Amino acid sequence: MNVAVAEQLSAAPLDAERVRRDFPILSRTVNGKPLVYLDSAASSQQPLPVIRAVERYVTHSHANVHRGVHTLSQEATDAFEGARDRVRRFVNAASVREIIFVRGTTEAINLVAQAYGRPRFGRDDEILITALEHHANIVPWQLLCEQTGCTLKVAPIDRRGELLIGEFAALLSPRTRLVAIAHVSNALGTVLPVKRIIAAAHEHGARVLVDGAQAVPHSRVDVRALDADFYAFSGHKMYAPTGIGVLYAREELLGSMPPWQGGGDMIRSVTFEKSTYNELPWKFEAGTPNIAGAIGLGAAIDYVESLGLEAIGAHEQRLLEHATAELTAIRGVQLIGTAAHKAAVVSFTMSGVHPHDIGTILDHEGIAIRTGHHCAMPVMDFFAVPATARASFACYNTPEDVKRLIDAVQRVREVFG
Amino acid sequence: MDLKDLYRDVILDHNRTPRNFGRLAAANAQAEGYNPLCGDRLSLFLRMNGDHIEDVRFEGKGCAISTASASLMTEAVKGKSRAAAEELYQHVHELLTKPNAAATADLGKLAALSGVREFPARVKCATLCWHTLQAALNGSATVSTE
Repeated sequence: MNVAVAEQLSAAPLDAERVRRDFPILSRTVNGKPLVYLDSAASSQQPLPVIRAVERYVTHSHANVHRGVHTLSQEATDAFEGARDRVRRFVNAASVREIIFVRGTTEAINLVAQAYGRPRFGRDDEILITALEHHANIVPWQLLCEQTGCTLKVAPIDRRGELLIGEFAALLSPRTRLVAIAHVSNALGTVLPVKRIIAAAHEHGARVLVDGAQAVPHSRVDVRALDADFYAFSGHKMYAPTGIGVLYAREELLGSMPPWQGGGDMIRSVTFEKSTYNELPWKFEAGTPNIAGAIGLGAAIDYVESLGLEAIGAHEQRLLEHATAELTAIRGVQLIGTAAHKAAVVSFTMSGVHPHDIGTILDHEGIAIRTGHHCAMPVMDFFAVPATARASFACYNTPEDVKRLIDAVQRVREVFG
Repeated sequence: MDLKDLYRDVILDHNRTPRNFGRLAAANAQAEGYNPLCGDRLSLFLRMNGDHIEDVRFEGKGCAISTASASLMTEAVKGKSRAAAEELYQHVHELLTKPNAAATADLGKLAALSGVREFPARVKCATLCWHTLQAALNGSATVSTE
Protein backbone atom coordinates (compact mmCIF):
# COMPACT_ATOMS: atom_id res chain seq x y z
CA MET A 1 0.00 0.00 0.00
CA ASN A 2 1.36 3.42 -0.82
CA VAL A 3 1.76 6.09 1.79
CA ALA A 4 -1.00 8.34 0.44
CA VAL A 5 -3.59 5.58 0.80
CA ALA A 6 -2.38 4.76 4.31
CA GLU A 7 -2.71 8.40 5.33
CA GLN A 8 -6.25 8.52 3.94
CA LEU A 9 -7.31 5.44 5.86
CA SER A 10 -5.71 6.79 9.00
CA ALA A 11 -8.18 9.67 8.98
CA ALA A 12 -10.89 7.19 10.00
CA PRO A 13 -10.92 6.05 13.63
CA LEU A 14 -9.81 2.50 14.27
CA ASP A 15 -12.54 -0.13 14.37
CA ALA A 16 -11.02 -2.20 17.16
CA GLU A 17 -13.77 -4.85 17.04
CA ARG A 18 -12.92 -5.50 13.41
CA VAL A 19 -9.18 -5.41 14.16
CA ARG A 20 -9.66 -8.00 16.92
CA ARG A 21 -10.97 -10.51 14.39
CA ASP A 22 -7.57 -10.38 12.65
CA PHE A 23 -5.90 -11.79 15.80
CA PRO A 24 -6.93 -15.42 16.31
CA ILE A 25 -5.39 -15.68 19.79
CA LEU A 26 -7.78 -13.04 21.13
CA SER A 27 -10.71 -15.43 20.83
CA ARG A 28 -9.30 -17.87 23.39
CA THR A 29 -10.20 -17.99 27.05
CA VAL A 30 -7.91 -17.92 30.08
CA ASN A 31 -9.11 -19.41 33.36
CA GLY A 32 -12.56 -19.73 31.85
CA LYS A 33 -12.82 -16.06 30.89
CA PRO A 34 -12.32 -14.32 27.53
CA LEU A 35 -8.68 -13.25 27.24
CA VAL A 36 -7.90 -9.57 27.74
CA TYR A 37 -4.35 -9.07 26.49
CA LEU A 38 -2.71 -6.01 28.02
CA ASP A 39 0.93 -7.05 27.73
CA SER A 40 1.77 -5.90 24.21
CA ALA A 41 4.69 -3.78 25.44
CA ALA A 42 6.36 -7.10 26.34
CA SER A 43 5.28 -8.84 23.14
CA SER A 44 2.34 -8.15 20.87
CA GLN A 45 0.09 -10.73 19.23
CA GLN A 46 0.21 -11.54 15.52
CA PRO A 47 -2.57 -10.90 13.00
CA LEU A 48 -3.63 -13.37 10.30
CA PRO A 49 -1.79 -11.54 7.48
CA VAL A 50 1.49 -12.05 9.37
CA ILE A 51 0.71 -15.67 10.26
CA ARG A 52 -0.24 -16.37 6.63
CA ALA A 53 2.81 -14.63 5.15
CA VAL A 54 5.09 -16.80 7.29
CA GLU A 55 3.04 -19.91 6.50
CA ARG A 56 3.09 -19.14 2.75
CA TYR A 57 6.85 -18.75 2.80
CA VAL A 58 7.44 -21.93 4.83
CA THR A 59 5.01 -24.05 2.81
CA HIS A 60 5.90 -22.67 -0.60
CA SER A 61 9.26 -20.92 -0.91
CA HIS A 62 11.63 -21.83 1.89
CA ALA A 63 15.31 -22.21 1.05
CA ASN A 64 18.47 -20.44 2.11
CA VAL A 65 18.95 -16.90 0.84
CA HIS A 66 21.75 -15.46 -1.32
CA ARG A 67 22.97 -18.98 -2.07
CA GLY A 68 21.65 -21.06 -4.89
CA VAL A 69 20.51 -20.54 -8.42
CA HIS A 70 17.50 -22.74 -7.85
CA THR A 71 13.98 -21.36 -7.85
CA LEU A 72 13.25 -21.67 -4.15
CA SER A 73 16.44 -19.87 -3.17
CA GLN A 74 15.56 -17.08 -5.59
CA GLU A 75 12.05 -16.79 -4.19
CA ALA A 76 13.32 -16.81 -0.60
CA THR A 77 15.92 -14.15 -1.43
CA ASP A 78 13.36 -11.98 -3.19
CA ALA A 79 10.95 -12.22 -0.25
CA PHE A 80 13.71 -11.55 2.32
CA GLU A 81 15.16 -8.58 0.45
CA GLY A 82 11.64 -7.37 -0.31
CA ALA A 83 11.01 -7.27 3.44
CA ARG A 84 14.18 -5.21 3.87
CA ASP A 85 12.91 -2.65 1.39
CA ARG A 86 9.55 -2.65 3.19
CA VAL A 87 11.40 -1.78 6.42
CA ARG A 88 13.38 0.93 4.62
CA ARG A 89 10.18 2.62 3.45
CA PHE A 90 8.59 2.17 6.89
CA VAL A 91 11.31 4.19 8.65
CA ASN A 92 12.13 6.34 5.58
CA ALA A 93 15.78 5.30 5.36
CA ALA A 94 17.64 6.48 2.26
CA SER A 95 18.87 3.04 1.24
CA VAL A 96 18.39 -0.66 1.98
CA ARG A 97 22.14 -0.63 2.68
CA GLU A 98 21.20 1.06 5.98
CA ILE A 99 18.79 -1.68 7.15
CA ILE A 100 20.46 -4.52 9.08
CA PHE A 101 18.32 -7.47 10.14
CA VAL A 102 19.10 -8.59 13.70
CA ARG A 103 17.37 -10.72 16.36
CA GLY A 104 15.88 -7.72 18.07
CA THR A 105 16.59 -4.38 19.68
CA THR A 106 19.01 -5.93 22.16
CA GLU A 107 21.18 -7.40 19.43
CA ALA A 108 21.09 -4.12 17.48
CA ILE A 109 22.40 -2.17 20.47
CA ASN A 110 25.11 -4.75 21.15
CA LEU A 111 26.13 -4.54 17.49
CA VAL A 112 26.59 -0.77 17.74
CA ALA A 113 28.48 -1.07 21.04
CA GLN A 114 30.90 -3.64 19.67
CA ALA A 115 31.30 -2.56 16.03
CA TYR A 116 30.98 1.21 16.43
CA GLY A 117 32.07 1.91 20.02
CA ARG A 118 34.73 -0.67 20.74
CA PRO A 119 37.25 0.28 18.03
CA ARG A 120 36.78 4.02 18.64
CA PHE A 121 36.22 4.76 22.30
CA GLY A 122 38.88 5.12 25.00
CA ARG A 123 39.54 6.48 28.47
CA ASP A 124 38.60 10.08 27.73
CA ASP A 125 35.30 9.24 26.10
CA GLU A 126 31.79 9.24 27.53
CA ILE A 127 28.53 7.56 26.64
CA LEU A 128 25.39 9.35 27.81
CA ILE A 129 22.16 7.49 28.55
CA THR A 130 19.07 8.39 30.59
CA ALA A 131 17.75 7.08 33.90
CA LEU A 132 14.73 5.47 32.25
CA GLU A 133 16.52 3.04 29.95
CA HIS A 134 15.72 -0.65 29.59
CA HIS A 135 18.57 -2.98 30.63
CA ALA A 136 19.23 -3.56 26.91
CA ASN A 137 20.29 0.08 26.62
CA ILE A 138 22.43 0.00 29.79
CA VAL A 139 24.34 -3.27 29.98
CA PRO A 140 25.89 -3.25 26.45
CA TRP A 141 27.40 0.15 27.31
CA GLN A 142 28.67 -1.10 30.67
CA LEU A 143 30.39 -3.97 28.86
CA LEU A 144 31.87 -1.47 26.41
CA CYS A 145 33.12 0.69 29.30
CA GLU A 146 34.86 -2.34 30.80
CA GLN A 147 36.44 -3.14 27.44
CA THR A 148 37.60 0.35 26.46
CA GLY A 149 37.84 2.35 29.70
CA CYS A 150 35.21 4.86 28.57
CA THR A 151 32.68 6.23 31.08
CA LEU A 152 28.89 5.84 31.27
CA LYS A 153 26.95 8.99 32.25
CA VAL A 154 23.28 8.94 33.20
CA ALA A 155 20.93 11.90 32.73
CA PRO A 156 18.31 12.04 35.52
CA ILE A 157 14.50 11.99 35.35
CA ASP A 158 11.93 13.71 37.54
CA ARG A 159 9.09 12.23 39.63
CA ARG A 160 6.76 12.21 36.65
CA GLY A 161 9.23 10.11 34.71
CA GLU A 162 10.29 12.88 32.36
CA LEU A 163 13.87 13.43 31.31
CA LEU A 164 15.37 16.56 32.86
CA ILE A 165 16.40 18.17 29.60
CA GLY A 166 18.53 20.84 31.29
CA GLU A 167 20.52 18.24 33.22
CA PHE A 168 20.83 16.14 30.11
CA ALA A 169 22.19 19.09 28.11
CA ALA A 170 24.63 19.91 30.90
CA LEU A 171 26.08 16.39 30.67
CA LEU A 172 26.84 16.82 26.96
CA SER A 173 30.45 17.79 26.33
CA PRO A 174 33.17 17.25 23.75
CA ARG A 175 33.91 14.00 25.61
CA THR A 176 30.45 12.66 24.77
CA ARG A 177 30.94 10.28 21.86
CA LEU A 178 27.56 8.59 21.89
CA VAL A 179 24.11 9.31 23.29
CA ALA A 180 21.87 6.24 23.67
CA ILE A 181 18.23 6.94 24.51
CA ALA A 182 14.85 5.29 24.50
CA HIS A 183 12.29 6.83 22.17
CA VAL A 184 9.53 5.61 24.52
CA SER A 185 10.16 4.24 28.04
CA ASN A 186 8.99 0.64 28.37
CA ALA A 187 8.40 0.87 32.13
CA LEU A 188 6.74 4.30 32.28
CA GLY A 189 5.45 5.07 28.79
CA THR A 190 7.26 8.43 28.68
CA VAL A 191 7.80 9.69 25.12
CA LEU A 192 11.19 11.39 24.94
CA PRO A 193 11.82 14.47 22.79
CA VAL A 194 14.29 12.54 20.66
CA LYS A 195 14.50 15.04 17.81
CA ARG A 196 15.57 17.77 20.23
CA ILE A 197 17.97 15.40 22.01
CA ILE A 198 19.55 14.36 18.72
CA ALA A 199 20.04 17.98 17.64
CA ALA A 200 21.66 18.85 20.97
CA ALA A 201 23.96 15.81 20.82
CA HIS A 202 24.99 16.57 17.26
CA GLU A 203 25.97 20.11 18.29
CA HIS A 204 28.54 18.48 20.56
CA GLY A 205 29.70 16.10 17.86
CA ALA A 206 28.15 13.04 19.53
CA ARG A 207 26.39 10.28 17.61
CA VAL A 208 22.95 9.15 18.76
CA LEU A 209 21.40 5.70 19.05
CA VAL A 210 17.65 5.56 19.62
CA ASP A 211 16.07 2.47 21.21
CA GLY A 212 12.78 2.54 19.33
CA ALA A 213 11.35 -0.78 20.52
CA GLN A 214 8.39 0.88 22.25
CA ALA A 215 7.93 3.64 19.67
CA VAL A 216 7.51 1.99 16.26
CA PRO A 217 4.21 0.22 17.14
CA HIS A 218 2.54 3.48 18.15
CA SER A 219 3.69 6.33 15.92
CA ARG A 220 5.33 7.02 12.59
CA VAL A 221 9.11 7.04 12.81
CA ASP A 222 11.14 8.84 10.15
CA VAL A 223 14.83 8.29 10.81
CA ARG A 224 15.85 11.06 8.44
CA ALA A 225 13.45 13.62 9.92
CA LEU A 226 14.78 12.67 13.38
CA ASP A 227 18.35 12.84 12.05
CA ALA A 228 19.12 9.64 14.03
CA ASP A 229 22.51 7.97 13.53
CA PHE A 230 21.31 4.58 14.77
CA TYR A 231 17.70 3.47 15.33
CA ALA A 232 16.93 0.02 16.74
CA PHE A 233 13.61 -1.83 17.06
CA SER A 234 12.09 -5.31 17.40
CA GLY A 235 9.49 -7.05 15.26
CA HIS A 236 7.66 -8.81 18.07
CA LYS A 237 6.45 -5.60 19.69
CA MET A 238 4.81 -4.54 16.43
CA TYR A 239 2.76 -7.63 15.51
CA ALA A 240 5.62 -9.60 13.87
CA PRO A 241 7.20 -12.84 15.12
CA THR A 242 9.95 -12.96 17.75
CA GLY A 243 13.60 -13.26 16.74
CA ILE A 244 13.60 -10.51 14.11
CA GLY A 245 14.55 -6.88 14.57
CA VAL A 246 16.17 -4.01 12.77
CA LEU A 247 19.17 -1.78 13.15
CA TYR A 248 18.98 1.32 10.99
CA ALA A 249 22.33 3.08 10.72
CA ARG A 250 23.64 5.82 8.47
CA GLU A 251 25.49 4.31 5.56
CA GLU A 252 28.70 6.29 6.18
CA LEU A 253 28.82 4.99 9.77
CA LEU A 254 28.23 1.39 8.76
CA GLY A 255 30.89 1.76 6.07
CA SER A 256 33.43 2.81 8.69
CA MET A 257 32.61 -0.02 11.09
CA PRO A 258 34.32 -3.42 11.09
CA PRO A 259 32.09 -6.51 10.94
CA TRP A 260 30.61 -7.58 14.26
CA GLN A 261 30.27 -11.33 13.74
CA GLY A 262 32.12 -13.41 11.17
CA GLY A 263 30.72 -16.25 9.14
CA GLY A 264 28.87 -17.09 5.98
CA ASP A 265 26.97 -14.44 4.01
CA MET A 266 29.04 -11.55 5.40
CA ILE A 267 32.12 -12.28 3.25
CA ARG A 268 33.10 -11.67 -0.34
CA SER A 269 36.06 -14.04 -0.39
CA VAL A 270 37.82 -16.17 2.19
CA THR A 271 41.34 -17.54 2.20
CA PHE A 272 43.34 -18.64 5.22
CA GLU A 273 45.48 -15.53 4.83
CA LYS A 274 42.72 -12.95 4.56
CA SER A 275 39.02 -12.57 4.00
CA THR A 276 37.27 -9.65 2.39
CA TYR A 277 33.84 -8.58 3.52
CA ASN A 278 30.56 -8.36 1.75
CA GLU A 279 28.83 -5.09 0.94
CA LEU A 280 26.28 -3.40 3.17
CA PRO A 281 24.01 -4.48 4.65
CA TRP A 282 25.14 -8.11 4.47
CA LYS A 283 28.53 -7.32 6.03
CA PHE A 284 26.66 -7.21 9.35
CA GLU A 285 24.52 -10.32 8.79
CA ALA A 286 26.75 -13.33 9.40
CA GLY A 287 25.09 -16.72 9.09
CA THR A 288 21.68 -17.71 7.79
CA PRO A 289 19.26 -14.99 8.87
CA ASN A 290 15.72 -15.31 10.26
CA ILE A 291 14.15 -15.37 6.81
CA ALA A 292 10.62 -16.23 7.92
CA GLY A 293 10.84 -13.62 10.66
CA ALA A 294 11.86 -10.89 8.21
CA ILE A 295 8.98 -11.83 5.90
CA GLY A 296 6.63 -11.74 8.90
CA LEU A 297 7.96 -8.30 9.81
CA GLY A 298 7.32 -7.06 6.27
CA ALA A 299 3.74 -8.32 6.54
CA ALA A 300 3.34 -6.69 9.97
CA ILE A 301 4.44 -3.36 8.50
CA ASP A 302 1.86 -3.73 5.72
CA TYR A 303 -0.70 -4.49 8.40
CA VAL A 304 -0.03 -1.45 10.60
CA GLU A 305 0.14 0.78 7.52
CA SER A 306 -3.24 -0.55 6.40
CA LEU A 307 -4.74 0.47 9.77
CA GLY A 308 -2.74 3.69 9.79
CA LEU A 309 -0.17 4.44 12.49
CA GLU A 310 -1.88 7.73 13.25
CA ALA A 311 -5.19 5.92 13.81
CA ILE A 312 -3.49 3.27 15.98
CA GLY A 313 -1.76 5.94 18.07
CA ALA A 314 -4.96 7.94 18.54
CA HIS A 315 -6.92 4.81 19.49
CA GLU A 316 -4.33 3.74 22.08
CA GLN A 317 -4.19 7.28 23.47
CA ARG A 318 -7.94 7.18 24.17
CA LEU A 319 -7.58 3.84 25.98
CA LEU A 320 -4.61 5.17 27.95
CA GLU A 321 -6.51 8.27 29.08
CA HIS A 322 -9.55 6.21 30.01
CA ALA A 323 -7.51 3.66 31.99
CA THR A 324 -5.47 6.38 33.69
CA ALA A 325 -8.58 8.21 34.89
CA GLU A 326 -10.32 5.04 36.10
CA LEU A 327 -7.26 3.57 37.85
CA THR A 328 -6.51 6.81 39.66
CA ALA A 329 -10.00 6.70 41.18
CA ILE A 330 -9.35 3.33 42.88
CA ARG A 331 -8.27 3.59 46.51
CA GLY A 332 -4.55 3.07 47.03
CA VAL A 333 -3.60 3.00 43.35
CA GLN A 334 -0.48 5.00 42.58
CA LEU A 335 0.52 5.64 38.97
CA ILE A 336 4.23 5.27 38.26
CA GLY A 337 5.05 7.48 35.29
CA THR A 338 2.84 10.52 34.78
CA ALA A 339 4.71 12.30 32.00
CA ALA A 340 2.75 14.83 29.92
CA HIS A 341 3.49 12.88 26.75
CA LYS A 342 3.04 9.10 27.11
CA ALA A 343 2.41 6.18 24.80
CA ALA A 344 0.27 3.09 25.43
CA VAL A 345 1.62 2.15 28.88
CA VAL A 346 0.13 2.57 32.35
CA SER A 347 2.32 1.40 35.21
CA PHE A 348 0.93 1.36 38.74
CA THR A 349 1.24 0.06 42.28
CA MET A 350 -1.40 -0.53 44.97
CA SER A 351 -0.88 0.19 48.64
CA GLY A 352 -0.54 -3.02 50.64
CA VAL A 353 -0.51 -5.26 47.57
CA HIS A 354 2.57 -6.56 45.80
CA PRO A 355 2.39 -6.34 41.97
CA HIS A 356 2.70 -10.12 41.71
CA ASP A 357 -0.48 -10.55 43.70
CA ILE A 358 -2.17 -8.05 41.35
CA GLY A 359 -0.89 -10.10 38.40
CA THR A 360 -2.19 -13.39 39.80
CA ILE A 361 -5.65 -12.00 40.54
CA LEU A 362 -5.88 -10.36 37.10
CA ASP A 363 -4.76 -13.59 35.42
CA HIS A 364 -7.50 -15.37 37.31
CA GLU A 365 -9.90 -12.93 35.62
CA GLY A 366 -8.39 -13.73 32.21
CA ILE A 367 -6.37 -10.51 32.03
CA ALA A 368 -2.70 -10.58 31.03
CA ILE A 369 -0.55 -7.73 32.34
CA ARG A 370 3.15 -7.52 33.10
CA THR A 371 4.30 -7.42 36.70
CA GLY A 372 7.87 -7.02 37.85
CA HIS A 373 10.76 -4.66 37.21
CA HIS A 374 10.24 -4.52 33.40
CA CYS A 375 13.99 -4.96 32.81
CA ALA A 376 14.40 -1.45 34.17
CA MET A 377 15.66 -1.98 37.73
CA PRO A 378 17.17 1.54 37.98
CA VAL A 379 13.71 2.99 37.22
CA MET A 380 12.21 0.86 40.02
CA ASP A 381 14.98 2.06 42.39
CA PHE A 382 14.28 5.69 41.45
CA PHE A 383 10.60 5.33 42.36
CA ALA A 384 11.55 3.18 45.41
CA VAL A 385 9.30 0.28 44.39
CA PRO A 386 10.43 -3.33 43.91
CA ALA A 387 8.13 -3.76 40.94
CA THR A 388 5.04 -2.36 39.26
CA ALA A 389 1.98 -3.72 37.49
CA ARG A 390 1.90 -2.56 33.87
CA ALA A 391 -0.97 -2.63 31.42
CA SER A 392 -0.04 -1.79 27.85
CA PHE A 393 -2.31 -1.15 24.87
CA ALA A 394 -2.26 -2.11 21.22
CA CYS A 395 -4.47 -1.66 18.17
CA TYR A 396 -6.66 -4.62 19.21
CA ASN A 397 -7.60 -3.40 22.68
CA THR A 398 -11.04 -1.96 23.35
CA PRO A 399 -12.81 0.16 25.98
CA GLU A 400 -14.31 -3.17 27.16
CA ASP A 401 -10.75 -4.40 27.90
CA VAL A 402 -10.16 -1.30 30.02
CA LYS A 403 -13.43 -1.94 31.87
CA ARG A 404 -12.39 -5.54 32.58
CA LEU A 405 -9.02 -4.26 33.85
CA ILE A 406 -10.64 -1.75 36.17
CA ASP A 407 -13.16 -4.30 37.51
CA ALA A 408 -10.33 -6.74 38.21
CA VAL A 409 -8.19 -4.13 39.99
CA GLN A 410 -11.22 -3.35 42.15
CA ARG A 411 -11.43 -7.09 42.88
CA VAL A 412 -7.79 -6.95 44.06
CA ARG A 413 -8.81 -4.18 46.44
CA GLU A 414 -11.65 -6.36 47.74
CA VAL A 415 -9.39 -9.38 48.33
CA PHE A 416 -6.67 -7.38 50.07
CA GLY A 417 -8.94 -4.89 51.79
CA MET B 1 -9.51 -23.15 41.18
CA ASP B 2 -10.67 -20.30 43.34
CA LEU B 3 -8.72 -17.23 44.35
CA LYS B 4 -9.77 -17.88 47.93
CA ASP B 5 -7.74 -21.11 47.80
CA LEU B 6 -4.63 -19.02 47.27
CA TYR B 7 -5.45 -15.94 49.32
CA ARG B 8 -6.86 -17.65 52.42
CA ASP B 9 -7.58 -15.57 55.48
CA VAL B 10 -4.50 -16.94 57.26
CA ILE B 11 -2.30 -15.85 54.32
CA LEU B 12 -3.85 -12.38 54.13
CA ASP B 13 -3.52 -11.97 57.88
CA HIS B 14 0.16 -12.97 57.96
CA ASN B 15 0.81 -10.71 54.96
CA ARG B 16 -0.81 -7.74 56.65
CA THR B 17 0.78 -8.39 60.05
CA PRO B 18 3.83 -10.59 59.61
CA ARG B 19 4.99 -12.32 62.81
CA ASN B 20 8.63 -12.31 63.94
CA PHE B 21 9.30 -9.41 61.58
CA GLY B 22 12.49 -7.36 61.98
CA ARG B 23 16.15 -7.92 62.69
CA LEU B 24 17.33 -10.26 65.42
CA ALA B 25 20.04 -8.53 67.40
CA ALA B 26 21.47 -11.68 68.94
CA ALA B 27 21.52 -13.70 65.69
CA ASN B 28 24.38 -16.14 65.19
CA ALA B 29 23.29 -17.37 61.76
CA GLN B 30 21.86 -15.40 58.88
CA ALA B 31 21.13 -15.67 55.16
CA GLU B 32 19.69 -13.58 52.34
CA GLY B 33 17.12 -14.89 49.88
CA TYR B 34 16.43 -13.32 46.51
CA ASN B 35 13.86 -14.07 43.84
CA PRO B 36 15.09 -12.32 40.69
CA LEU B 37 11.78 -12.84 38.88
CA CYS B 38 9.82 -10.57 41.19
CA GLY B 39 12.56 -8.81 43.11
CA ASP B 40 11.50 -10.33 46.44
CA ARG B 41 14.22 -10.03 49.06
CA LEU B 42 14.30 -11.71 52.42
CA SER B 43 16.79 -11.57 55.28
CA LEU B 44 16.52 -14.38 57.78
CA PHE B 45 18.12 -14.28 61.22
CA LEU B 46 18.58 -17.28 63.51
CA ARG B 47 19.79 -17.67 67.06
CA MET B 48 20.99 -21.24 67.27
CA ASN B 49 21.79 -23.03 70.50
CA GLY B 50 23.67 -26.05 69.23
CA ASP B 51 21.21 -27.76 66.90
CA HIS B 52 18.27 -25.93 68.39
CA ILE B 53 16.55 -22.90 66.76
CA GLU B 54 16.05 -20.70 69.81
CA ASP B 55 14.81 -17.65 67.93
CA VAL B 56 14.14 -16.64 64.36
CA ARG B 57 13.14 -13.38 62.70
CA PHE B 58 12.94 -12.08 59.15
CA GLU B 59 12.65 -8.88 57.23
CA GLY B 60 12.26 -7.99 53.60
CA LYS B 61 9.83 -7.00 50.91
CA GLY B 62 7.75 -9.41 48.94
CA CYS B 63 4.37 -10.47 47.69
CA ALA B 64 1.61 -11.74 49.97
CA ILE B 65 2.59 -15.37 49.41
CA SER B 66 6.26 -14.87 50.20
CA THR B 67 5.62 -12.63 53.22
CA ALA B 68 2.95 -14.91 54.70
CA SER B 69 5.02 -18.02 54.03
CA ALA B 70 8.02 -16.52 55.83
CA SER B 71 5.87 -15.38 58.75
CA LEU B 72 4.25 -18.82 59.08
CA MET B 73 7.64 -20.50 58.79
CA THR B 74 9.18 -18.48 61.61
CA GLU B 75 6.28 -19.41 63.88
CA ALA B 76 6.60 -23.06 62.93
CA VAL B 77 10.36 -23.53 63.32
CA LYS B 78 10.95 -21.47 66.42
CA GLY B 79 11.95 -23.85 69.21
CA LYS B 80 12.51 -26.77 66.83
CA SER B 81 15.68 -28.74 66.23
CA ARG B 82 17.51 -28.44 62.92
CA ALA B 83 16.36 -31.96 61.95
CA ALA B 84 12.73 -31.22 62.80
CA ALA B 85 12.86 -27.97 60.77
CA GLU B 86 14.31 -29.81 57.79
CA GLU B 87 11.65 -32.49 58.02
CA LEU B 88 9.01 -29.78 58.16
CA TYR B 89 10.47 -28.25 55.01
CA GLN B 90 10.14 -31.59 53.22
CA HIS B 91 6.47 -31.71 54.15
CA VAL B 92 5.91 -28.11 53.03
CA HIS B 93 7.70 -28.79 49.77
CA GLU B 94 5.51 -31.80 49.06
CA LEU B 95 2.42 -29.81 49.90
CA LEU B 96 3.46 -27.08 47.45
CA THR B 97 4.50 -29.29 44.57
CA LYS B 98 2.83 -32.70 44.68
CA PRO B 99 -0.68 -32.98 43.27
CA ASN B 100 -3.17 -34.11 45.91
CA ALA B 101 -0.57 -34.11 48.70
CA ALA B 102 -2.40 -34.06 52.00
CA ALA B 103 -1.26 -31.77 54.79
CA THR B 104 0.59 -33.73 57.47
CA ALA B 105 -0.32 -33.09 61.08
CA ASP B 106 2.97 -31.30 61.89
CA LEU B 107 2.21 -28.55 59.32
CA GLY B 108 -0.43 -26.83 61.44
CA LYS B 109 -1.17 -23.36 60.01
CA LEU B 110 1.33 -24.00 57.18
CA ALA B 111 -1.39 -26.13 55.58
CA ALA B 112 -2.93 -22.82 54.44
CA LEU B 113 -0.25 -22.79 51.72
CA SER B 114 -1.75 -25.81 49.95
CA GLY B 115 -3.64 -23.58 47.47
CA VAL B 116 -0.34 -22.29 46.07
CA ARG B 117 0.27 -25.47 44.09
CA GLU B 118 -2.66 -24.56 41.81
CA PHE B 119 -0.70 -21.42 40.84
CA PRO B 120 2.63 -22.81 39.58
CA ALA B 121 4.09 -19.35 38.91
CA ARG B 122 3.80 -18.63 42.63
CA VAL B 123 5.39 -21.73 44.17
CA LYS B 124 8.80 -20.01 44.28
CA CYS B 125 7.26 -17.18 46.29
CA ALA B 126 6.29 -19.67 49.01
CA THR B 127 9.58 -21.59 49.01
CA LEU B 128 11.96 -18.61 49.08
CA CYS B 129 11.95 -18.40 52.89
CA TRP B 130 12.54 -22.13 53.26
CA HIS B 131 15.53 -22.05 50.88
CA THR B 132 16.84 -19.13 52.88
CA LEU B 133 16.37 -21.06 56.12
CA GLN B 134 18.36 -23.96 54.71
CA ALA B 135 21.13 -21.57 53.66
CA ALA B 136 21.23 -20.06 57.14
CA LEU B 137 21.32 -23.51 58.77
CA ASN B 138 24.09 -24.62 56.41
CA GLY B 139 26.13 -21.45 56.70
CA SER B 140 25.66 -20.13 53.13
CA ALA B 141 25.12 -16.41 52.84
CA THR B 142 22.81 -16.01 49.86
CA VAL B 143 20.31 -18.08 47.96
CA SER B 144 18.52 -17.29 44.76
CA THR B 145 15.44 -19.10 43.50
CA GLU B 146 16.76 -19.09 39.93
